Amino acid sequence: MKPLFESEVFVRIAAPIAVGIVLFMVWEIGLRLAAVPVYLFPKPTDIFASLLHNGPSLLRALLVTLRVTLQAFVAAVVLGTLIAFMFVQSRAVEVSLFPYAVLLQVTPVVAIAPLIIILVKNTQLSLTICATMVALFPIISNTTLGLRSVDPGLANFFRMNRASRFKTLVKLRIPGALPYFFGGLRISSGLALIGAVVAEFVAGTGGRSSGLAYEILDAGFTLDIPRMFAALLLITLTGVALFAAMVALSQLALSNWHDSETRAEA
Amino acid sequence: MTALVPFQPLDQEPRQMTPAWDRPPAVEVLSAEKVFANGARGLAPIDLSIADGEFLTLIGPSGCGKSTLLKLIANLIEPSDGRLLWWRGDFTQVGQEGRRLAFVFQEPTLMPWARVEANVRLPLEFANMPRAMADPKVADAIARVGLSAFHRHFPRQLSGGMKMRVSIARALVTSPNLLLMDEPFGALDEFTRNKLDDDLVKLSWERKLSTIFVTHSIYEAVFLSTRIVVMAANPGRIFRTMTIDHPQPRDQGFRDSPKFAAYCRELSTWLAEASLQSAAGGGS
Repeated sequence: MKPLFESEVFVRIAAPIAVGIVLFMVWEIGLRLAAVPVYLFPKPTDIFASLLHNGPSLLRALLVTLRVTLQAFVAAVVLGTLIAFMFVQSRAVEVSLFPYAVLLQVTPVVAIAPLIIILVKNTQLSLTICATMVALFPIISNTTLGLRSVDPGLANFFRMNRASRFKTLVKLRIPGALPYFFGGLRISSGLALIGAVVAEFVAGTGGRSSGLAYEILDAGFTLDIPRMFAALLLITLTGVALFAAMVALSQLALSNWHDSETRAEA
Repeated sequence: MTALVPFQPLDQEPRQMTPAWDRPPAVEVLSAEKVFANGARGLAPIDLSIADGEFLTLIGPSGCGKSTLLKLIANLIEPSDGRLLWWRGDFTQVGQEGRRLAFVFQEPTLMPWARVEANVRLPLEFANMPRAMADPKVADAIARVGLSAFHRHFPRQLSGGMKMRVSIARALVTSPNLLLMDEPFGALDEFTRNKLDDDLVKLSWERKLSTIFVTHSIYEAVFLSTRIVVMAANPGRIFRTMTIDHPQPRDQGFRDSPKFAAYCRELSTWLAEASLQSAAGGGS
């Protein structure tokens, strides 16, 4: 057994935390020395104080944003995977629909969100639709690529054994596509959060069902800059947590066989 | 770790010492030729009969069509002219009891996400065989290639030679009568290759397999084969045929014998001649 500070896991957790602490300290000390007023740029201690003080309302906002994000993410995964399967089944479908998938991807969500918010009465739903549109494309393109990336030797073996289309899909195409799919998940989870926040900014909904973006807007209006930073911090932490969850999921699924997740054996 | 199933007892009936020329041949190639879409003549009309239980090796310079011939026999491609018979029937009957065919590729072509046992079970799953029936067959095939202790491993945990053994187990699991192998050990080091050759000779003997084997190695060809077909290129054709007169199954003793060396020397001379003829264009 190696000492704790030499172990891989300890280093991977401790090193980023140490960097964070140093950054916060430089930030805190620098602002204190320069005597910058809190409404211009808050110190970390101001932000944490605000986080504690506004805890309940910020947490409620976080839950709203998280719900939109997760709904959009699930919708993007389901839709994106289905579309990818359609693309792989028929070249004609792919050729005729792929340009529109690209169109969806390149249209800025800020530009299209007002339209969707007007068209869809339910605010939650309209936000989810906007975020789904942002998160969809990586799933489509990655899963399609994965389903197409079949080992030619194995494909030959399946053909020689007269494997049915269904068996080829389940036994060959889907397992082979998993590494690509999980790559898509990592990108898409972050995009779902960004989509949700951007759509909230555009929608600017007040009242009970308002998310973190509204908290930021509201804090801006009232010049409560520490609260703005606190909301921003929560958004960032949510994004990191989502990413970490996707990394863990892909490790769980691929650790046995795929090079991206297997560790070299000494 | 213990083997799942004890090593299956071998058939007790007396075995013949030579291929059964009296029984119907496993494969007959009847004036089959192959002209590719670009007009290149891959194979001139070829006549060849592979006896039941025979170990036949195809050898020759590159471009001589040995792989093309093997693909014709596997029905992976169709002849441009002429025809082939499998056990005196056409290919639609291949796959029935006693008429099974298996192919081992140059690469192991295993599913990296599946354990050894799942890789070996794959052909039985294609045939929709229930798990209860398939599992003993899978364990037996894995035991026969000597990998019982590794049945729960993933391909990436195995060496190149072991992966090839899994590939052979996957071919054996369907109880084939005809085994087609396209340079299966070409990428392995000589020591591993010799070991696999030893085991292959035993396996094909125990299972009474008819085997058609493509190789570039003179030593491998002489060691394994009851008959060697030397091919030449431009167009691909049979140059000469050599019968290796030594009882099967063979062991290291044969490799060390002066007879083995003499066969290798002769085969080497023939290959040099075949190469010369290939360069000159030969044939038509």
